[in-house]
Amino acid sequence: MLDLKVYQSPIKPTWCPGCGDYGILNAVKNALAQLEIRPHEVMFVSGIGCGSKLPDYMNANGFTTIHGRSLPIAMGAKLANPDLQVICVTGDGDGYGIGGNHFLSIMRRNPDLVHVVEDNMVYGLTKGQYSPTSPHGFVTSTSPDGSIEVAFNPVATAINGGATFVARGFSGDPKHLATLIAAAVRHRGYALVDVLQACVVYNKINTYDFYRQRVYKLEEAGHDPTDRDGAWRRAQEWGERIPIGVLYQVAGQPTYEAQVNALAAGPVAKRPLAPLTAAQANALRREFV
Amino acid sequence: MARHVNDMTIRLAGEAGQGVESGGEGFARALSHGGLWLHTFPEYMSRIRGGLNFFQIRVSDRPLWTHTEGTHLLLAFSAEAVGEYGPHIIPGGALVCDDGLKFDQDAVARRGVQLCPLPLAKIAQETGGNKIMMNTCALGATAGITEYPFEFVADVIRKNFARKGDAVVQSNLKVAEEGHRVGRERYAAAFEWKLAPLDSRPERMLVHGNQAFAMGAIAAGCRFMSGYPMTPASSILEFMAAYQNAYDIVVKQTEDEIAAIGFAIGAAHAGARAMTATSGGGFSLMVESLGLAGMAEIPLVIVEAQRPGPSTGMPTKTEQGDLLFALFASQGEFPRIVLTPGTQEQCFQTAVRAFNLAEKWQCPVIVMTEFYLTTAMRPLAPADLPIERVVIDRGELLTSEQLDALSEPYLRYRDTPSGISPRALPGHPKGVYQACSDEHDEYGHFEDEDAANRLRMAGKRLRKFRNIVDDLGGPEIYGPEGAELTLMGWGSSYGAMREAVDRLNADGTRANLLHFVDVWPFPEAKAAPLIEAAQTLVAVEGNQTGQFAHLVRAMTGRRADHLVLRWDGRPLSADYILAHLKEARVHA
Repeated sequence: MLDLKVYQSPIKPTWCPGCGDYGILNAVKNALAQLEIRPHEVMFVSGIGCGSKLPDYMNANGFTTIHGRSLPIAMGAKLANPDLQVICVTGDGDGYGIGGNHFLSIMRRNPDLVHVVEDNMVYGLTKGQYSPTSPHGFVTSTSPDGSIEVAFNPVATAINGGATFVARGFSGDPKHLATLIAAAVRHRGYALVDVLQACVVYNKINTYDFYRQRVYKLEEAGHDPTDRDGAWRRAQEWGERIPIGVLYQVAGQPTYEAQVNALAAGPVAKRPLAPLTAAQANALRREFV
Repeated sequence: MARHVNDMTIRLAGEAGQGVESGGEGFARALSHGGLWLHTFPEYMSRIRGGLNFFQIRVSDRPLWTHTEGTHLLLAFSAEAVGEYGPHIIPGGALVCDDGLKFDQDAVARRGVQLCPLPLAKIAQETGGNKIMMNTCALGATAGITEYPFEFVADVIRKNFARKGDAVVQSNLKVAEEGHRVGRERYAAAFEWKLAPLDSRPERMLVHGNQAFAMGAIAAGCRFMSGYPMTPASSILEFMAAYQNAYDIVVKQTEDEIAAIGFAIGAAHAGARAMTATSGGGFSLMVESLGLAGMAEIPLVIVEAQRPGPSTGMPTKTEQGDLLFALFASQGEFPRIVLTPGTQEQCFQTAVRAFNLAEKWQCPVIVMTEFYLTTAMRPLAPADLPIERVVIDRGELLTSEQLDALSEPYLRYRDTPSGISPRALPGHPKGVYQACSDEHDEYGHFEDEDAANRLRMAGKRLRKFRNIVDDLGGPEIYGPEGAELTLMGWGSSYGAMREAVDRLNADGTRANLLHFVDVWPFPEAKAAPLIEAAQTLVAVEGNQTGQFAHLVRAMTGRRADHLVLRWDGRPLSADYILAHLKEARVHA
């Protein structure tokens, strides 16, 4: 176990007092410390939103990109240098809304990267509009009559879409969340960790109390994460009881990068660059004679 | 009868799927192997089968830079091809087709065009056993009518059909030979244009702009390409995919162009030389990420292969309508480099330069081509594609040893006199840093409030932009100094302008041209004196409004005296330029 101080950033978070993002930040640091992954071995890629400021609050390689686009950027980095442990951090709007096409695509590709979604069911940084995971009827400044859409179910979509690891955590239980993130990092393949997170300012429905009264741990309920149908049924539960823990995991599926021939000799980002040899150059030219 | 040797244009035309392009390319190689100089370009419709496509080959015993508007021999595989392209045959020219093709023969003959119907299908069936070989027969006949020796056609048939087995090779050879014999017997005597191999037949590569660019990218050490298929950029993605295993390149087709540029940004950030390629529509989707590459100082190469817009526009036609868009796309101000190669050789050179400039200046480099250049082929000598002799310059990239020796914390965005901050690749214990799309401090941490930091960091990026221009070249001048007429253009108008200049001078008008590959940052110090010196300045562009002329006026104050513009989806040619100059009475 590494000392958590190695991840200490000089930057003080700008999150609101009581924000669920603090719990997620702690859980991330604890998971990395447990796994003894040093700051230069990991790379955080985030989008834009409150939670996407997380890389700035970590001492680790980080890239805060633009809204919705962190998954392609993260996967590009992973394909160039598979030695990096890549962790993508997005919000629900970022990951499931504007970045929805990338979310659907990355699940089918199964790169070995972790995707932590800080799912507070509201747009916080833009001051409180409804998000893809907001419940039907959610009243906000842009849905004064209540949101007409039904909420997006990320974990069910991920199980259906080909993700090889699907978990749900709760920011009010950072210790449990840390075990989920550590399991996600250990998993070889795309690992989604959807985190139920309170927004203490803009979401008065999905509060800490709301979740504390409802969440239960799958590992204590006899759930078998290798059972895809069972995972699907658990993913539909929402209301009086909300499951957290590893919903689904299938091991042994090849990662995308393991199937790329160009990476067989090592990361392309680390290869020295030199002009082709005369023989190679002649061979290439001759094809066009 | 007049006899013109090695100075003609042949056009093959028919439906998509009739082998117009593959046959045309094969015939072009047969001519190239005879030492002849060529310029070829295709035109096709945005559909997979049917419709009307052509492949045009201009032949000469001297190097060629552009096509002609008229054709001397049309090889038509459909009645529609005759209807559409028959009027492009010059008087005395020939229409070659199957004798079963039904069309208005009188209309063609009235124009003084020689009708050359031949039993192409019958020969294919009877000699080769399959009607499918009728285009092989037609190419043999074309060689026969022009009296081009059969052996050159035979060599290409052997090479092209080799993978289909000896039986296929032999039948095609028999069919082509019979086509050659019949074509020669019936029509050679009355046809004025002839093709003859030259004594000097050095080995040359027949490549189009996208192939030349992709070869340059491989030579430059491009290790990563992501893209989403879009005409006319797709053949770069396909080329890189075809060679991904031979040269260790990660090639990824993504879910959209936003992801394509995202993948490339991620790969470049991680340390691979990375690129993406698209057309205007895809580039529109990439624009927000382009700004990210500018802000986070990511070295990235983007190919913008233009086609006529706006929106879907004319997907398989050509235009130079995206210049000002590419120069200014994205919110905010940041360094970018825009390069517009005009020839296949320049496509190769520009690819190599683009990767070097991107890493040296740590910014996006946009390479703009057009449908025409991406598909037009010219024969190049091996020395024109100096793959093994390129210089790879990664700029201020910190080595592992340099990072080991660091005694201070690493500043990714160090404020330096040049504006370039030495770059560490993620993965080294002493090179840990943040990059972000927000304004940031020298470490890379968010600093999106402080005014002094904003001035410092935005100032650092602007300093880079101001310094980049020292690495860029001014326009190429072709033609005599002190000319009374100066043509000015960028990108693929080069060939058309060059031939126009040659013809103007031959006819007694002193003309020259200024051609720009390095467009942005505008090389003002190198370009302005040349532009000022022009007596009559004519901007030649494949767009509706003269976008480059606008840029030149903004940067130098010089207004072009005339504009020769083309925006009908067709490429500029010397014929087109000269006709417009004449119409506008620009010269005596």
